[in-house]
Amino acid sequence: MSTGYMLAALIGVPLFGALALTAIPSRYRDVVRVFSAAIGFSLFGLALYIFFAYQVANGDAYQFELRWDWIENVGFLGDQGITLHLGVDGIGAPMVLLNGIVGFAGVLVSWKIDYRNKDFFILFFVLLSGVFGVFTSLDLFFWFFFYELAVLPMYLLIGVWGTSSVFPTFVRTKEYSALKLVMYLVAGSVPIFIGIFAVFVEADIGTFDLPALYQVEFSENFQKAFFPLFLVGCGVLAGLWPFHTWSPDGHVAAPTAVSMVHAGVLMKLGAFGIIRLGMQLLPEGAEFWMPALMVLGTTNVIYGAISATAQSDFKYMVGYSSVSHMGYVLMGLATMNPIGVNGAVLQMFSHGIMTGLMFAMVGAIYDQAHTREMTAFGGLVKNMPRFAAYFAIAGLCSLGLPGLSGFIAEFNVFVGTFRTYPVFGALGILGAAITAVYILRMLAVAFFGPFNERWKDLKEMTRWEQAGGALLIAFILLMGVFPSLFVDHISETVLQIPGVS
Amino acid sequence: MNLNLDYSLLTPEFCLAFLAALVPALDLFVPRVRKEWLPYIAAAGLLGILGLSLGWMNKESDFAGLLHFDNFTTFFRVFFIAITATVCIASDQFVRERLRHPGEYYGLLILSTIGAIYMAAARELLTAYISLELLSFSLYVLVSYAKFDARSNEGGLKYILLGAFSSALFLYGMSLIYGTTGSTFYDEIAASLSDGTADFDLALLMGLVLVVTGLGFKVAAVPFHMWTPDAYEGAPLPITAYLSVASKAAGFALLLRLFAGAFVPVLEDWQWMIAGISAATMILGNLVALQQHNIKRLLAYSSIGQVGFMLMGIAALSDEAASALILHLTGYVVTNLAVFICIIQWYNLTGKEEIGDFRGMAERTPFLAVALAGAFFSLAGMPLFAGFLTKFILFQAAAEQDFLWLAAIAVVMSLVSLYYYLMVIKQMYIVEPEEPGRLHVPAVVNAVVFALTVGIFYLGIFPRHLFELVDNVTGFLFLS
Repeated sequence: MSTGYMLAALIGVPLFGALALTAIPSRYRDVVRVFSAAIGFSLFGLALYIFFAYQVANGDAYQFELRWDWIENVGFLGDQGITLHLGVDGIGAPMVLLNGIVGFAGVLVSWKIDYRNKDFFILFFVLLSGVFGVFTSLDLFFWFFFYELAVLPMYLLIGVWGTSSVFPTFVRTKEYSALKLVMYLVAGSVPIFIGIFAVFVEADIGTFDLPALYQVEFSENFQKAFFPLFLVGCGVLAGLWPFHTWSPDGHVAAPTAVSMVHAGVLMKLGAFGIIRLGMQLLPEGAEFWMPALMVLGTTNVIYGAISATAQSDFKYMVGYSSVSHMGYVLMGLATMNPIGVNGAVLQMFSHGIMTGLMFAMVGAIYDQAHTREMTAFGGLVKNMPRFAAYFAIAGLCSLGLPGLSGFIAEFNVFVGTFRTYPVFGALGILGAAITAVYILRMLAVAFFGPFNERWKDLKEMTRWEQAGGALLIAFILLMGVFPSLFVDHISETVLQIPGVS
Repeated sequence: MNLNLDYSLLTPEFCLAFLAALVPALDLFVPRVRKEWLPYIAAAGLLGILGLSLGWMNKESDFAGLLHFDNFTTFFRVFFIAITATVCIASDQFVRERLRHPGEYYGLLILSTIGAIYMAAARELLTAYISLELLSFSLYVLVSYAKFDARSNEGGLKYILLGAFSSALFLYGMSLIYGTTGSTFYDEIAASLSDGTADFDLALLMGLVLVVTGLGFKVAAVPFHMWTPDAYEGAPLPITAYLSVASKAAGFALLLRLFAGAFVPVLEDWQWMIAGISAATMILGNLVALQQHNIKRLLAYSSIGQVGFMLMGIAALSDEAASALILHLTGYVVTNLAVFICIIQWYNLTGKEEIGDFRGMAERTPFLAVALAGAFFSLAGMPLFAGFLTKFILFQAAAEQDFLWLAAIAVVMSLVSLYYYLMVIKQMYIVEPEEPGRLHVPAVVNAVVFALTVGIFYLGIFPRHLFELVDNVTGFLFLS
């Protein structure tokens, strides 16, 4: 049981780290940086430990379990009414690792932030803490608590440290984007909130403990009526079409590290929620509604990819490609067969690392060039060879090159989809083809081709950015070369999800 | 009838009345230099009486059947005295710089506290009415206390006219209830309603409607909320704070006692009425708040929205809902006090109260800005802060009583409220200040704000103790 404290530490270290940061005077910027890097590194270490110490096939549904009583036997709450019940399963463990990696890389690339950097790191750690909390909570109340906690700092993170986008005919201000993102995400939590109330009343066992609620047999009509609330509510955060429009705007306006964590990890909370609250809690409802999710997910893939093709701004392109790639996750979940759901979780991890890398690279070039217009560049490989290589790896992973993580994930999704909905499988592959178009075009225009003399003063990325990027690339390769490391964790848990066969 | 006329039960209120007389007397008879000590003398006296009131903890007794002294009363005694003490300290600089006659100001505040306490303690209609009037009359004067400010006079006039009107409705409703049930004592009304000696006829329904209307005016429920924005805007800022916390809390304490003690046997007959008012209140309050430019009007409408949430606890009246309501009320009061003290201090420093005037607050008074932003997030129901938990519990308690639809509206309206709080936070954090430079905030204000912020976090992270306390407290409501 004592290993459960590792999970509590995942949530507590960033929260108490943020509290400790408030005590450091803000003029000591380097102290703030070193301290933050130490927190980021310890989170990365903890996440690595949890992923590798997770024992596959030991029979327990959840490992590293921890239970702290919070409120019980008061009002409508019975025994173990609300407990801080933590634990990871085979899906939670890779997600924890993902957040550890991207969070640490995010701290590294934020090294150069100078304006109020203490406040930035405080809010950033609150964000990380919320994300870890969602991946590890086994209590419906705390799950939602951390879900909202992850949204809480977003407005200020984007509004204060973000950038506005200037288009020829209009300006999309950072305040607008920040507000849009926050309002969308909190609006998404409205149906989840209502769903939680309904589930608690219907179950009538006086506890918010998820494993206990999983044992309750909800009537079929109830499941069909309330599953869509969880689906749409979590879907908003997962970028589900047509509720995805916050994602490109919000991710473009956000500062680099926040885009990385938000697109890389936070969007996965939505997909994770569809599994935890939707499929595991209301399996019959899931079975009934999954065809609809398949249609929407495929729309995500195609629509996101076409929109990305139309962008000439690096960051908007990456933003729309996230919408497209999250579509594969939704498609994989909608198949309700082991290989498809496996693929979905693999894609969650793979896309998280890959999109984190892309946003890190976009941030690196923007901070020097102060433009993200890809057609303005050309032949960048000449004076920024490492930068070009990193970006190319991210791009190739995105389009599913074998040997990189994206291939493994998308391959699983496609196989799963062909088994259940062949037509949508074909459409998914079409989406991958469109991805290849915009990625390769972007690489050709900005990195290769004739060298643009205007950018001869651009220097290679800072060493902190290189370190963060290298970390992400290591895991892209790890997953591409040893997929079994991840598949073993995931598949065991996927088979235990009711209705997946 | 054997009446218990043990006057010692009323000791804390005798002390309060004495203090209310002492403070203006000090103002009159001691030299001018001592005036800045008045709020602290008042606060110290109040805290002393607060300590004294704790002596009634876990004791149960009643005074002539009119006032009931149990943990519910003790809780609200301590609660209201603490609120008044906080408001006294928060008033210090504002009153010194902008108002005349500080002695009477603090005296009236303390007097109103007695009314608030007896509203929570009363178990008889006329006693409840007189307590309500004691609170209201003190507030009528205080709202128009800025004598040379036309807005203050206008707000006060509106408040007194509509207040008098609503009192009349309340009284008329009482007379109808007395007519149908034959008593003004809560327990006798309940007995008469449950054994069917009182026919549930039109007169009783009419009486209930009028009582709800009269009390609806006092707590500012829609459609009886018209006076609120004007009174909030016109009143001196600390009085706005007091109106938004103490007078609301007292109204809900009275509602809880009355409905749980007297009208619970005919629950089905008034539940729909309160549920409808609750839905209308939260929708209108939150939507109209979106349009405001003045921070006081914004908070007036946001507090109307909050009243809508709290009315859910009355509509879904049960043990669980009552304790959830008091839990939410406590969280709301702590949070709103923090909001108002930050705003009072900002007003003291800049003399401005438009939302746009909060620009760059994060640069000029960083600590107040953090506290204010945190309190706003708490009001919007974000986690780590009190608001998330208290709303969650309150909405869930309503859902438990088949009011899932009401809970759903409440959640949507919480979302709306987040928008207008973010608009203020945007001014504070994102927009550049008008002029640079830190402003000096008195240490005592920082200390009070710090304490309230700690309270907000404490309720949000370790709510167990308060939840168990209020659960115990509401256990005394449903005796009949």
